[in-house]
Amino acid sequence: MTLAPPSDQLAATASRRGRPARGSGRASGRLPIGYVFVSLYALLALAFGIVPSLYAVLLAFTNPAGGFAGVDNFVKVIGDFRFWPAVLHVTLYLVIWLTGLVIFVVALALIVHAVRVRWASTTLRFLYYLPGALAGASSVLLWLFVLDPTASPVSGLLRLMGFNSFVQVIQPGNLPAVFAIIAFWTGAGGWIVIMYGALNNISTDVIEAARIDGANTVQIALRIQLPMLRKWVAYMGVMSLAAGTQLFVEPQLLSQASNAVVPNDYSLNQLAYQYAFQQNDFNGAAAISLILLVVALLLSWVFVTRGGLFERE
Amino acid sequence: MTSLTSERRNQAGLRGWGGRSLAGIVLIVFVLFFLIPIVWLLFAVTKSSHGLIVSNPFSPGSWADFAANWNQLFGFQGGAVTGWIGNSALYSVGALVITLFVSIPAGYALALTEFKLRNPLLILTLVVMLIPGTALVLPIFLELNTVGLIGTPLSVILPMSFFPFGVYLTYIYFSTSIPRDLLAAARIDGCTELQVFTRIALPLAVPVVALVAFFSFVQNWNNFFLPFIMLPSSDGYPIQVGLTSLLAATPAFNPSSAGSDSIQLPTLALGTIVSILPVLIVFLFSQRFLVSGMTAGGTKE
Repeated sequence: MTLAPPSDQLAATASRRGRPARGSGRASGRLPIGYVFVSLYALLALAFGIVPSLYAVLLAFTNPAGGFAGVDNFVKVIGDFRFWPAVLHVTLYLVIWLTGLVIFVVALALIVHAVRVRWASTTLRFLYYLPGALAGASSVLLWLFVLDPTASPVSGLLRLMGFNSFVQVIQPGNLPAVFAIIAFWTGAGGWIVIMYGALNNISTDVIEAARIDGANTVQIALRIQLPMLRKWVAYMGVMSLAAGTQLFVEPQLLSQASNAVVPNDYSLNQLAYQYAFQQNDFNGAAAISLILLVVALLLSWVFVTRGGLFERE
Repeated sequence: MTSLTSERRNQAGLRGWGGRSLAGIVLIVFVLFFLIPIVWLLFAVTKSSHGLIVSNPFSPGSWADFAANWNQLFGFQGGAVTGWIGNSALYSVGALVITLFVSIPAGYALALTEFKLRNPLLILTLVVMLIPGTALVLPIFLELNTVGLIGTPLSVILPMSFFPFGVYLTYIYFSTSIPRDLLAAARIDGCTELQVFTRIALPLAVPVVALVAFFSFVQNWNNFFLPFIMLPSSDGYPIQVGLTSLLAATPAFNPSSAGSDSIQLPTLALGTIVSILPVLIVFLFSQRFLVSGMTAGGTKE
């Protein structure tokens, strides 16, 4: 409750600050109450959304002395010998992860939705969702165990695939798939539940009509449910694509756990981290962050403006 | 004609049967995929590091081994783990409280009041909501670095309190579930705008407050990148970042760390469980709404 007084003050100052504008703009009446309610949020949005973005832009286009640097920082980071390998790593990871995500999430959602027994369907969804509790570092640690043939619960399977030691599992060629599996394990359940919710929203009349017309379960899934899910699949794809470009914690921990068999500049975000904290080059770090931020912004912008998912009815 | 339909029905039935068993196999394979690591983790913490390697992965160990692992974990660096859990609680709950205090009124205002900046703010919310949380972390670090907040709890709590998804959920809830007439009636009865919000809208918004609290808490607790960047000293780590210290002290993954204060594999497994326990408990209590697809309900077509 100690939070209340300063917040109230903030609200008061924010609304007071807004008040003079009213005289010029609005015809009459007091300040719209809406401003008071959004003031704190607007303040946070300014402090942790807009200002840092602008500051990153500023840093990316200046040199350490503060002078205008043009695109020098971008030329520098893109010319860095570590940049393109990192782009390639992240791209490979995204291709594997997104393909797997779309195919398996849609398939599993359709199958779970077709399960008629209520408790079975609920239990399945909960079991699939459960790994979502282990996000971030916890899930990576757990997978370190699973991928280490000496301790793994599936060591038989690993040996069958020709992996006899942890180092063999995390050879560079395997890493995109390894990261994709970890990301799928933690994230897929949430998407399955969301797809399931979207399937529930498809009118039963449509399904019933198709059934009367002689369509079987598979035909209904392919010809009716799948097209109606398209928007949600696109949503999942865009969100996952944007999140995937940010790859950090998985390679970071794996690098630590493998004595740098996995390099600590494997992904773009790690490279930005290296620039900021190993080379003390904030301008270079800002340039990489800005590239990633622009990619994320473009994706989300396209989705907000074209997706039509968030229109108010 | 009749024979044709019955034949077709037979075919469909056969295909249905084959398809059904295929679907069943897919479901079971994925249950195993999602569950085996978690179940194994529960068994692993009851074993000694020797037992972990030689015994059946799905057989229970002993209580004594569990106690030994427990003591090793909480004795690490003079009880560092307890401190990390406390930090996690402070950061997650602190940010959660601010998030609720900030997001619920904002969502309400965006949904049910008119003001000039409403649309820009709404678009900003949607855009930032769709940006992955990590995209802004380095820029925020660079910003907070200039004002000297790095290393303080606020450097984690404040950025986490900015939670556009919470505002979005509240916005959707208020704009679909609360009839405007109800609020108008309250105004006619003499409520001030503040009273309309606190006495009418807020009591009706309990489900969405719970939903926002759930997402905010889980996300804050699991956040790795932000505290990893903002908090240079081990004293300030939340448990998620503390796990990296445990990992660094595990000889099995970092051979150079073999020493007196080292961590064995089962202890590291226990650390993993401890780090997710609060979220797991929240998950178990919220399972009904989690699986109902309510998360998607906000955007009904």
